[in-house]
Amino acid sequence: MENLKSLRQRYSYSIILLKQLVKTDFKLRYQGSALGYVWTLLRPLALFTTLFIVFDKFLKIGAAIPGYSVYLLLGILLWNYFTEVTNNGISSVVEKGELIRKINFPKYVIVLAGSFSALINLCINFIVLSIFILIVGVDISAYIILLPLILLQLFVFSLALSFLFSALYVKFRDVSYIWEVLLQAAFYATPILYPLALVPDIAAKFLMLNPMAQIIQDARYLLVTQETTTIDQLYGTHMIRLVPYGIVLAFCLYSVYYFRKQSEFFAEEV
Amino acid sequence: MAKNESAIVVKNVYKQFRLPHEQQSTIKEKFINGVRRKNKKYTTQKAIKGVSFDIKKGEFFGIVGRNGSGKSTLLKILAGIYQPTRGSVSVHGRLVPFIELGVGFNPELTGRENVYLNGALLNFSVQEIDSFYDEVVRFAELEDFMDQKLKNYSSGMQVRLAFSMAIQAKADILLVDEVLAVGDADFQQKCFGYFRKLKKQKTTVVFVSHDMSSVREYCDRALLVEEGRVAKTGTPNNIADEYTKLFIESRVGKSDGNQGESAHLGTGQAKIKNIKSQKTITKKSQNLEIEFEVLAKVRLEDIVVGFRCKDSADAAIMGTNTKLEQINSISLDGGEKVRINFSIPNVLNNGEYVVDLMVVSSDGIVYDWIINAVKLSVKTEKKTGYLLEPTYRVKVT
Repeated sequence: MENLKSLRQRYSYSIILLKQLVKTDFKLRYQGSALGYVWTLLRPLALFTTLFIVFDKFLKIGAAIPGYSVYLLLGILLWNYFTEVTNNGISSVVEKGELIRKINFPKYVIVLAGSFSALINLCINFIVLSIFILIVGVDISAYIILLPLILLQLFVFSLALSFLFSALYVKFRDVSYIWEVLLQAAFYATPILYPLALVPDIAAKFLMLNPMAQIIQDARYLLVTQETTTIDQLYGTHMIRLVPYGIVLAFCLYSVYYFRKQSEFFAEEV
Repeated sequence: MAKNESAIVVKNVYKQFRLPHEQQSTIKEKFINGVRRKNKKYTTQKAIKGVSFDIKKGEFFGIVGRNGSGKSTLLKILAGIYQPTRGSVSVHGRLVPFIELGVGFNPELTGRENVYLNGALLNFSVQEIDSFYDEVVRFAELEDFMDQKLKNYSSGMQVRLAFSMAIQAKADILLVDEVLAVGDADFQQKCFGYFRKLKKQKTTVVFVSHDMSSVREYCDRALLVEEGRVAKTGTPNNIADEYTKLFIESRVGKSDGNQGESAHLGTGQAKIKNIKSQKTITKKSQNLEIEFEVLAKVRLEDIVVGFRCKDSADAAIMGTNTKLEQINSISLDGGEKVRINFSIPNVLNNGEYVVDLMVVSSDGIVYDWIINAVKLSVKTEKKTGYLLEPTYRVKVT
């Protein structure tokens, strides 16, 4: 009984903190910039415009895909969310070092707060995406109800990596440089810009094992066009889904384990 | 609530820190060391070496110790910020640490936003903060500033806001670390008022301090930490004396009759010379005599000569000067000297004291000021634990 009560108390503390940290992050993010929150929309839109002109108008890669603009924008938004969560996540614990040295609180809240801030941004961006969908006129299928599941997978995967990286970063500052390089490579290794059909079959099969590729393609399949190549189509079996799901689960378990173990020492190492 | 229930039980706690041997400062060093990480050497610093004690509910418990003795580490272990390497700490009740006031304050947020952020860290829900928000603002006297950014506050305003939040904390156990070291006299008065209130409410307080007079005044019991171990637990008077002894030994060196480290300050237009004073006072009836010469290098009009006596914690406890004593103005020609004698009835209790001597102009220019000019040790029959021990005459009629 006593245990249950104290457990609930600790939980309520985390929720109070989480709310405040997300709010603070929201308030501070675009401090002193004239356009403020509009930048959340402008940044992915600017990237989208550049890529759309190059890949659709010049290289004509998008011609094969119906609704390529929405297809491309969705990919960019999801990828953007992934990079935002992980990039902010890496330094999140170290940035709150001052706080960690002064007061004892559940450290996971820091990483979780960063993840929620990015989620708010994703939601705002999705509003823009819906406007795009209305303009371009994409046929929305009933499968769209499955979209939240895909977003949940994306949320969990990004969060798991953030937990792992933020704890590693306390000890090894190289993590942020390594991740920067990896992200750059991964942007091209993930079918964000190009249709998978352009890639040799063997390579496509390999690339699709990456959870981010699976997530983006699934989201496009549900929201934009069923001509999107998903991982099961490529392999011809649903079982292959276990590989990206397994990767997410493995990262999830190990990250939580590692973060919990390391968080005891954050106050002295940070 | 049972009277002898424990609020905090500390059992055989050890804490070690691993400090990397070599500082990696350049990227190249980092790279090289990254390649051969196995060769990296660590020094293990043992900050706490087997500490056990317990604090009862409702106790005002003092932790004292010199810098580097491990008392701050100990406090952080109690606060749950550090995990002990070995041993256990059990805390019964809601504990709120004040290692620093205004934890989480962000200069880019307004006063109001900071109240809510700091409140969340102190485990207050938005509704709870709403309910005492006005009180906090009133107590901090910041009614007109709450919508300004914190970076535009003076440091005094920030401290006031932080303190007003701190006293809202609903805790069974409070950990207070040197919070009183900041702020002006007015603010310190507020702090002491708060302490008295806590004491009346029987809140358990763990108080880490250098200030022996507040330890003596507020604590029910105290603990002296020395080199990561509990040197002694006992009454605050006892512990404060013990701490004082440690302090004077380290500052003046082992008692060998020298005058300790003395330092000259001032313009040098006058010099204090030929200081004569007792080194030890053993009898109550003996007056404390301080005698010295003042030699003027140039013509000086209306000089003021005085002394200041400090206890072992460096707090000035008494002193006077020729102006206060209404001695006719002293003026000296260049090369002229004058002899001054102060004779004081001995009201000091046993202990070690040091005396500063000074010569200043009537408008405050320091000609000569010798810090720790005289070291004095009082060894009379001790009756009370107070700093002063005058000869009392008591009549019962």
